[in-house]
Amino acid sequence: MIEFITRRLLLLLPVLLLVSVISFSIIYISPGDTAENALTNPGGGIDQRAVEEFRAKTGLDDPIHIQYIHWMGRIIHGDLGKSYMTGEDVSKAIFRCFKVTLKLAVISMLVSLIIAIPLGILSALKKGTAIDDVCRFFALAGVSMPNFWQAYLLIIVFALTLKVLPSSGYGDGGIADILLPAITLGTGYAAVTMRLMRASMLDVMQQDYIRAARAKGVPEYMIVLKHALKNSLIPVVTVAGLNFGYLLNGSVIVETIFSWPGIGNLIVSSILSKDYPMIQGCVLFIAVIFVLINFAVDMSYAYLNPKIRYETKN
Amino acid sequence: MKLRIKNKNPGLFLSAGILIFFMLSALFAGYIAPHDPEKANLELRLKEPCHEYPLGTDHLGRCILSRIIFGARVSLSVGLLVVSSSLILGLTIGTLSGYYGGWLDEIVMRVVDAFLAFPSLLLALGIAGLFGAGFMNLVMALIIVDWAGYARLARSSVMAVKEQDYIKAAKGLGTGDIHVILHHVIPNVMSPLIVMATIGMGYVILSAAGLSFLGFGVQPPTPEWGSMLNEGKIYIRSAPYIMIFPGLAIMLTVLAFNYLGDELRDLLDPRDTKDID
Repeated sequence: MIEFITRRLLLLLPVLLLVSVISFSIIYISPGDTAENALTNPGGGIDQRAVEEFRAKTGLDDPIHIQYIHWMGRIIHGDLGKSYMTGEDVSKAIFRCFKVTLKLAVISMLVSLIIAIPLGILSALKKGTAIDDVCRFFALAGVSMPNFWQAYLLIIVFALTLKVLPSSGYGDGGIADILLPAITLGTGYAAVTMRLMRASMLDVMQQDYIRAARAKGVPEYMIVLKHALKNSLIPVVTVAGLNFGYLLNGSVIVETIFSWPGIGNLIVSSILSKDYPMIQGCVLFIAVIFVLINFAVDMSYAYLNPKIRYETKN
Repeated sequence: MKLRIKNKNPGLFLSAGILIFFMLSALFAGYIAPHDPEKANLELRLKEPCHEYPLGTDHLGRCILSRIIFGARVSLSVGLLVVSSSLILGLTIGTLSGYYGGWLDEIVMRVVDAFLAFPSLLLALGIAGLFGAGFMNLVMALIIVDWAGYARLARSSVMAVKEQDYIKAAKGLGTGDIHVILHHVIPNVMSPLIVMATIGMGYVILSAAGLSFLGFGVQPPTPEWGSMLNEGKIYIRSAPYIMIFPGLAIMLTVLAFNYLGDELRDLLDPRDTKDID
């Protein structure tokens, strides 16, 4: 196991390096000159002198590879630069927003587990029946539903018709404000988790100790609740808990709709305002988080299923 | 690839039916649509569904049904362009990498890992946002995000196939690498890629609609499902039906592709994956 972990950790280094190159260079695909884009005022006019000064100040007149090296050098010291728009430290803004996103992600995950675990168990126990088909259809529908559409359906029902929940905004960050975005983000995720739960439950129900319990005459519901559930939950919770990437993806759209001041919202607004250091910082930060989470998921898979350790020599 | 189609599978026929329906709407939009999708008429704005406008009209008085029919054109062509380009790109790179192995493989796989290291929608958003809005930019952004997954799958399938006896036999007979790859390797790695591409169609359509919804994709007045939702959202109080139908169209299309992908996987994979998956 230790050899496996070391090998995977070493493989992370070139990936992280490439990730940083992509995150850095992403802003250069924007047509036109970076400094001019950043300084173009809404009327379209550009002050050439200001552009020259800006270039010199931000190092944009250096060749790209030199800029990259400077950028990396600063990042190693935890400095992601300053926002062109607000002058705020990029790293500060990212951490502030990430905390808010994390809150949404955790609640969404709870929502998804509350939906996914009972349905997954039901689907597995009734495998091959109409109930299973219905559960699996809902799981598929859950993945297929655009979350930006679902969000507005929820707003129509809960905020505009029933008037029980606010339609958007962070408010005081309480449960009422978080509920609609969390349900939106959580249901799509629940669909993925439900399939995992079903598979895991099916796997456990075929084990010898379940057969032994049955032979002893333990009632079926006790078998499910006492013996099967605990064992089948381990991989589901591990993997679901770690698969934050899905939530990060969804947070971009959900946060924009519900004006949730998280990192998804931050990245959309910084792209719209061409706030380059902020875009680079956000993309890099999220990718690094994503890489580390995937690493943890891989490790937990390998831990739960020793076969992987030997099979994937790569 | 022997197909064993189960007799009773209404879901399969339903999803294929939905897709054929949308494809026909896309192809013959001009004949089917009751009105011009881009013709605004402010006197008719925000009309509720009625006989003349079955799904109502939007804030500019445009027929929502016609816009959805024409919107199928955009969504399906984005899906087809992105998925076929990514598949070809990924298949080529992944096959070469898996077949030849060595340092080439190491480098290619690290690049693939790096692209897969980004949450896909986020990277697509960054690229599409910086490229600037527009149909081709949206397609490019989605290809950049999409190809790596196909490359990885192709590579791992090729690695498994190239150890098979028939490949060794072909090589033993002195067959050239290019011939072996084209005639023996690629046909044998296609099934998982076809499944991935089918499910990928749904995913790409969903992402494209999401980006257009955020304003980074196809721009108004072109009828596109995601941007229809974006334009309609301000009228959610007075005319909620504006928001219902474009979303339903997206969901049905994506659902059909997902279902088809799942069924194809069961058909193409001799093992019974339904239990584990």
